[in-house]
Order: sequence, then structure tokens, then C-alpha cells
Amino acid sequence: MNAGKLNVAISVENIVKRYGNFTAVGGITFHVDDGEIFGLLGPNGAGKSTLIRMMTTLTPVTGGRAVVSGHDVSREPDAVRRTIGVIPQALTSDIDLTVEENLSIYAKLYEVPKADRERSIHDLLEAMDLVKWRGAQTKTLSGGMRRRLEIARGLVHNPRIFFLDEPTTGLDPVSRVAVWEMLNHLKNTRHLTMLLTTHYMDEADRLCDRIAIVDHGKLVALDTPMALKASVPGTNVVEAQFSEESTEWPSRLQQLSGVTSVESQSAGMYRLLTSNGSLTTTQLVAMATELGGSIKSLSVQNTTLDDVFVHYTGRQLRDEQVKAHGFVMPPRPGMQP
Amino acid sequence: MTRMMAIVEREMRKFFRSPTLMMVSMALPLVQLVILGNAMGGKIRGAKVGVVDYDHGSQALKVHEAFNDVAANIRTFTTIEYNDEKKAREDVRTGKLDAAVIIPAQYSRRALAGDSPQIGLVVDNTDQITSSSIESEMQSLVDALNAPVIQPKVVQQIALEIVELYPYVEYMKYLLAGSISLAMYVAVMIGGGILYIDDKARGVHEGYLVTPITKFELVLGLNLAGTVKAVMSGISLTVIGSLLAGLGSIFHPVTDLLLLLLIVSTSIAFNGMMFLMMVRVEDPLVPRAMFGVLNTLLFFPSGAISPVAGFPKWLRAIAVVDPFTYAVHGFKAVLLKDGGFDAIWMDLVFLFGFGIATLLIATPLFKRTL
Repeated sequence: MNAGKLNVAISVENIVKRYGNFTAVGGITFHVDDGEIFGLLGPNGAGKSTLIRMMTTLTPVTGGRAVVSGHDVSREPDAVRRTIGVIPQALTSDIDLTVEENLSIYAKLYEVPKADRERSIHDLLEAMDLVKWRGAQTKTLSGGMRRRLEIARGLVHNPRIFFLDEPTTGLDPVSRVAVWEMLNHLKNTRHLTMLLTTHYMDEADRLCDRIAIVDHGKLVALDTPMALKASVPGTNVVEAQFSEESTEWPSRLQQLSGVTSVESQSAGMYRLLTSNGSLTTTQLVAMATELGGSIKSLSVQNTTLDDVFVHYTGRQLRDEQVKAHGFVMPPRPGMQP
Repeated sequence: MTRMMAIVEREMRKFFRSPTLMMVSMALPLVQLVILGNAMGGKIRGAKVGVVDYDHGSQALKVHEAFNDVAANIRTFTTIEYNDEKKAREDVRTGKLDAAVIIPAQYSRRALAGDSPQIGLVVDNTDQITSSSIESEMQSLVDALNAPVIQPKVVQQIALEIVELYPYVEYMKYLLAGSISLAMYVAVMIGGGILYIDDKARGVHEGYLVTPITKFELVLGLNLAGTVKAVMSGISLTVIGSLLAGLGSIFHPVTDLLLLLLIVSTSIAFNGMMFLMMVRVEDPLVPRAMFGVLNTLLFFPSGAISPVAGFPKWLRAIAVVDPFTYAVHGFKAVLLKDGGFDAIWMDLVFLFGFGIATLLIATPLFKRTL
């Protein structure tokens, strides 16, 4: 079954997944173009993993349909499986086997012919910078190296579409950047279509051609990172912290030129969305002087995906992460005074 | 075929990378064989029997002489003289003695007069094994005292002539069949069941499920690997156990072939049973919790420790459907009785049939999705 357009790699139409009375995914529709890196962004429990599991035939679809590489995931699951590579959220390579053995077992599971198998494994080890570790048991590898092995494992049969479920979760910043570089390199050299889920804004921003924001099993926004940022009223974010807290600050801040929203954070810290960062900043300083207050810190930034997420869901992604796992994202550079 | 063999390859590589699994799967049956084999089934030696003699006559002296013969030869018990019956009874009750013999006053006179002479035996029947041994020895001793001094030319009593088909079988040899079966059960539980659920919990199966492998290939691959592990464990324990128990039958090629058939069929049966039980289990604690319960439920009713004929009906019913029963019967027939194919073909049919049936039931229950 073709999705209708020849250059569409994945087509998801009104897809639904229910567990009893609970709706994990409630009617999501999107298309992923051939060669595109498509991101599903959302907090834990938003339905990203369920969505990716339905597309990769791991979870039966309750309603709607998903077509991957021209094959319906419910009707032709085997045909779908032959064309996709999947990297699950957990590190699932066998820790007792060597790097090469792990790749070889998976190549056999995909029935890659012996000659192609050896070449493919060699190429992937080189691409993932794992050549010198080919004989090492997986349990001896670092988290970043294991994740690279998982990526190599998912590509051992040369798939057309690559699904990655939170590919950098649990990795240190250096390893995360290394994985991003690997994925960009793969996209350029193998003409892969990639669909990845993440709850890291910077990851989605840096890697994805288009991003779908998913919340409570619903699609709340879908566009390129640039377009999403542009869709948020205000092009700059001003963060100001006053030495003394005052009940007057929110209403006064709202009156400044260009300000579209004011969000009180903590201990005299306010976050303002504005269409004119420099003018708002000038007025803010003047206002503080007039009211006899002093500014402890002040920063001006362009709109980020964090702001996009807040705009579309009404809350911050990091709040959701704290609720779910007691985890806080590291602060972005420039946020601190 | 390539995909199924990839599963087998992965399982076997893992198995050989952690020899601990092999060791652990054989440790329990081997320890059981050595400890239980030596601790149970042996003859009672050196039990303490108090003797209270109120007679001191010529016939009482004969009883003392018979006791001395027992102490010097068969050594089932040694005697300690007591003057007071009450004290002797008390010592039996408190465990200082295993039994007490009371020779009443006038015993010699009654014996010579043929006037219902009696010897009293007080036993501690909380210990059935020791008390039955002493009772049996005392009965033989009394029978000997009753025998006429001059044997009649024509014996009028019915005599039982016992023909033992096999040389004396020590308990360790008797236990070996159960230990071999147990080794395969442990290999299947640890190498199959527990690792299978652990892999599921770690997401390893999720990796398989996104490949084009079919449900049948996956089930067959996992079971084939489990069977190979159990066969290796069974062969190892057959060789080590036979050498420990002093059974030379393993050096006969025909016996080895029959043993191999039994080991393979038992492994298939155990593996099928384990897979059927684990096919829908997700929690890694479940197979660990089931391990001991199943061991007791299947091993003890099988006749590995004591004969099935001694069980109550409900326990015999378990034995009828328990693959352990057929494995133990088959191994005993080959190892202890030198029975040929005729002695084990029914066991083989049951074990192969059981394994295939459980696998056929388990396959549709296996979920190809999460």
C-alpha cells in the first residue's frame, strides 16, 4: 500500500492506542518525507514510545493506520520489519557477546547474505568508530559506545527507515554530541529517513528537519524547528531577576512594549516573551529604577523550543520530567547571570 | 532456518561465556547425590540397646550370646546392661538409648518348659528407620532362638527362596537416575526459564521482535538452545555421577546410546514444560519463585528418592503426568538394570510426546508483539 505520495516514507493517519479505558495515543496524524529526520518531542508519558512501537510493529494498533515504506504495519508487519531499523530506548545489546558477535547475530536475523554481512559489519564498525572494539565484550564498553553499537545493530541490514527511541537518554553530554554527529553523518551518507523520539529540546532542535510535539497522546504542533519558534508570539525571551520581590512586578512587566507573556518563576525571577528584546530590556531597566528596585540578573535570548513547548502545552517540559523521574535538564548556556 | 540458528548461536555463545551457569546447574544434583546417597539407604550400625535381665538363667545367657554375635558381626546394635527397667525406659525416652530389651524373671524356666516365654522390646518409634532395623534384627534373633536344636529331616514349614536379579544396589546408585534428571531440570530452569524472562525484562526480546523472524522460528530457536544446554548438563552428570557411584555401565556403547536418547527426550520434555509455564510471564521474580516449588512438586513424586508404589493415590496421580517419573524410570532401567530399548521405549514415547505437546500449546501463546 502506498501512502499516496511517492516521497512519503511514513504515513500515520488518525492512529489510536488504548489500554483498557486509558488512551495512550489519541488520534495522531503526520507524514514523514523520504530522507527526513523527524522528531517526536514530548515529556515522559506523552505517548511517544507507544507511537514508535506501533510504527515498528511492536504494539498492535487500536485504531487508524500507519504505513511505513508503503506497507501497512497491521496488515504487512513482516514487510515493514524488513525495511526498518529500530533502536529501542533501553540498551539491549547482549553484554556477554562481543561487538562483532552482536552485529553478526542481528545480520543473521535479517538474513543478510554472508558476503554482505561481513562488509556491512566492517563498514558500520568504521562509521561508528568501533573498529578497535570489535572483539571486546559489550559489557566492557562505555554507555556512549554501547549506544553507538545499538545504532550499528539497527543498520546492519541497510534499512531505509531508522527509528530511534530516545537515542541519547542516559548519556553524558560528550557522548550525546558524538551520537548526534554519527546520526547526521548517517543521514548524509546513507540517505536514511529517521524518526526519533526525544525529550531533549536541544537534541530535537539540532537534529530534526521537522518536529511533532506530542502531549497526553495528542499532536499539539508540527513544523520545522524554525517555524515552530516563529509561531510563538514574541521573538525574544527576557529573563530578569529582581533583588526584592514585589507584587507589582507582574502587572508592570506586562505593560512593557512588545511583551506578550510574563511568567513568574522563583525568587523574583521573571521570564518575558517579547517581540522586541532590546526595547523591552531598556524599558525594564528604567521601570526598575523608577520603582527603586535593583536588577540582580538580566538576559536576552532568542525563542527556544522550550518556549514553543510552553506555548503549546501550557507548561514546561522540565516540570514534566521532574514529576516523572525527579530529573532536571541541565540549564542552557546563557541562562545564568 | 538462518534466523532460528541465529537465536541458537546467541544463546550458546552466552552459555559458554558464563561457565558459572553450567557449574550451578550441576552443583545441586551432584551435592544431593553425594550427600543424600551416602546419608540415606545405609544399614543401621551401632544403635544402643539397653538390656535389663531379671532372669539370669541359662536361656537368658543364650540371648546375651546372640546379642554379642550381633555386636561382633552385623553390628546393628551394641548392648548396655541395666539393672532397672524403669531407668532403661527413661533412657529410651530421653534418647540415650535407641531401644531396651527386657528379659523377665522366670524367662529361662518358661522357655525350657515351652510355657509362652516372652522378651520385651521397648523402641523409640519416632525414628522409624532405626526402630524398624532393631525390630527386624530382634525378630531374626528370636526366630533363631525358636529354631529347634536338631533340624528335622523333612522341613514342613514353607520356605521363601529369594533370587536377587542384580548385585546389591547402594542408595547412591539408586539416586543417580533422579540426580541426572534434576541436573537437566536445573539447566532448563536457569539456562532457559530464568534467562528467558531476564532477557525479556531487559528488552532483548524487543530487539528480536522488530526483525522479520517468525514466531515459530523464535520459539523453536529458544527451545532448541535450551534443549542443547540441558543435554550437555545431563551428559556431564551421567558421566560424573556414574563414576562417583561406581557404575560401570556407562562404558558400554549400547547403554550410552540409550542414555543419550533418554537425555535428549528428557531435555525436550523439560524444556517444553518450562516454556509453556514461562511463555506469558513478564516478572523476573516469577521463575525464581517457581523454581523450588516445581522442584518439590516434580522431583519427589517421581520415584527418584523412594518408590512410587509407596505414595498415596493423589501423589501417584502427579507421578503419572510428571515427566520426571518417566525420566527416572528410564535412567534406572538403563543404569541399574541393564535394560535394553524394550525397558525404556514407553518412557521415550511419553517424554518426546510431552515435549512436543507442550511446545505446540506454548507456540500460539507466545506473543509476537509487546
